[in-house]
Amino acid sequence: MMQMTGADLIVKLLERQGINTIAGVPGGAALPMYDALSKSEQIHHVLCRHEQGAGFIAQGMARVSGRPEVCLASSGPGATNLITAIADAKLDSIPIIALTGQVPLSMIGTDAFQEVDTYGLTIPITKHNFLVRSAKELLTAVPAAFRIAMSDRPGPVLIDVPKDVQNQMVSFEEFPDVVVPDAAPSFDIAAVEEAASMIEAAERPVLYLGGGVIHSGAAHMAVTLAEQASLPTTMTLMALGAMPMDHPLSLGMLGMHGARYTNYVLEEADLLICVGARFDDRAIGKTAEFCPNAKIIHIDIDRSELHKVKNAHVAIAGDVGQVLSELLPRVKPQLRKRWLSHVESLKGRFPLAMPGIDNPRSPYGLIHAVANCLDDNAIITSDVGQHQMWVAQAYPFRRSRQWLNSGGLGTMGFGFPAAIGAALAAPDRTVVCFSGDGSLKMNIQEMATAAQENVNVKIVLLNNQSLGLVHQQQNLFYGKRIMASRYERPTDFLKIADGFGMRAVDLDPAPNPRATLAEAINTPGPCLIHATIDPNEFVYPMVPPGAANSEMIG
Amino acid sequence: MSEQNANLSEYIPDVPEHNGFTKVVLELGVANHPGVMSHICGLFARRAFNVEGILCMPVGSGDTSRIWLLIFEDERLPKMIKQVEKLEDVLYVRQHAGEHPVFGRLDEFFQ
Repeated sequence: MMQMTGADLIVKLLERQGINTIAGVPGGAALPMYDALSKSEQIHHVLCRHEQGAGFIAQGMARVSGRPEVCLASSGPGATNLITAIADAKLDSIPIIALTGQVPLSMIGTDAFQEVDTYGLTIPITKHNFLVRSAKELLTAVPAAFRIAMSDRPGPVLIDVPKDVQNQMVSFEEFPDVVVPDAAPSFDIAAVEEAASMIEAAERPVLYLGGGVIHSGAAHMAVTLAEQASLPTTMTLMALGAMPMDHPLSLGMLGMHGARYTNYVLEEADLLICVGARFDDRAIGKTAEFCPNAKIIHIDIDRSELHKVKNAHVAIAGDVGQVLSELLPRVKPQLRKRWLSHVESLKGRFPLAMPGIDNPRSPYGLIHAVANCLDDNAIITSDVGQHQMWVAQAYPFRRSRQWLNSGGLGTMGFGFPAAIGAALAAPDRTVVCFSGDGSLKMNIQEMATAAQENVNVKIVLLNNQSLGLVHQQQNLFYGKRIMASRYERPTDFLKIADGFGMRAVDLDPAPNPRATLAEAINTPGPCLIHATIDPNEFVYPMVPPGAANSEMIG
Repeated sequence: MSEQNANLSEYIPDVPEHNGFTKVVLELGVANHPGVMSHICGLFARRAFNVEGILCMPVGSGDTSRIWLLIFEDERLPKMIKQVEKLEDVLYVRQHAGEHPVFGRLDEFFQ
């Protein structure tokens, strides 16, 4: 018979689940859990400067490791500050466990100090959530949270634990088993066979890969499928790296900021094989005009994604890796010379224009200069905005989990704490966070965390003193009426980094920016690399929001 | 480039109209604990899916409850059911015709 407090039990259950690092911020209602953590020899607690930073650090770890990672906050504002990071994890299907302290059970509903209805607030942004009402319930809730977070389509799970439940003694015979993901749903082999014959019969097929391919660890199988059946392959923002960007069959990213030829190839497709993607509006533009001539095969582990946006002719609800392993032996090798040479000619006529690629003081040129300092082991994160799209277009991603970014929620402030998390999960890799001056300011306080942890994170800051993508849209779609998208006063980011104890280099005055950049990237430890860019550089091509992908401008 | 784009505007799709009048009854088996109703009702409310009636009682030992929902048929119903089925606390969803008797004798309480 074992006896311990709820807080000690939580820590033991996390340890048994293999958790080595937790990101969090303490507070009154979480103090018993922090007291329990002080006794853990296994778990390293990363003290963040804002709970949102803790949420994104957990996300960064989870996006690199592929398994659930944990963030911890107190009640009230601690919990509400976590919310953006939890919602972000929901939209990108990232397995995180958010643990929050809550006021004691007897005080719930009394507007107690730092009381907020964390359970109610997080219902629509979690895969599942728990309000634990006795220490004994922790024996089931904590393992269930891990199981739910990592099974089927992954996602965030929140466990709200009142302070008295953390302090309550609980007796039990033995610890619950360490949980593993549930078996993926079984699927219909007849549908796989039908998909194989549709691929064989198609004349102009396109493979469309989404983040599910990364989550499932199925990138190599997707590439094999493409090679075997000669399928030109496009990737969503979430899937970049699933097929190397320099692969002859790669069409790069589709959608709002995809290359012209990519969207034109999709326009001509007679079969679209969608694997682990969800027909997001930023990817497909106007739904009715996306792949207007194509039949659709849709493979996704989440049944509710099938037929949600586009009706599929063959829909298979299953783990994409398992489905692809059944599909591969059924797909006949084909050369498709005519289609591939047509795709090649579209690529030649409508390539992605990357002006300034040779100039490290321009966006594309800087991104390429960074890539030239790194190999495929590096991890690249980004914030949200113009820099994100430039990196998505231009960075030579070549492997799964190389690229971490906020796809669904589009959260400015994601990139830097996610990079810290990535570096904590993979301390042997260099992590580069591309950011903008708007995004970086949204979680800039985590510079203190990066300096404290001495993580190998380089921020490459493309500073245009504006909210670039808003500025761009106001220029293009709102009659050039620039409203609230330019920062009137410049910010001295170098001084800020210095103030937080983080190294900073400025490429602007550097006589040889490539050399300065390489030195900064190759020196271990956190560093801010600052570069001014022209606020009138726009991301092109661009599909106006809501328009068809064929209506690209630029 | 920017000159030629001066007349571009953002396209915002209209809200689709959903004006079905056929009623449907859904039967949900759910785990019985505080919060289950919030999970389920939230899904319908977010999508402005019209729920006409709700009945909920515990079943057997009280570990599970049964929820009956009276809703208007809507082209989104199959998608809605899939979303409900995804909830961790929902054990099953069954669809019945609108004239299912469960709501039949309640009229007298709503006079």
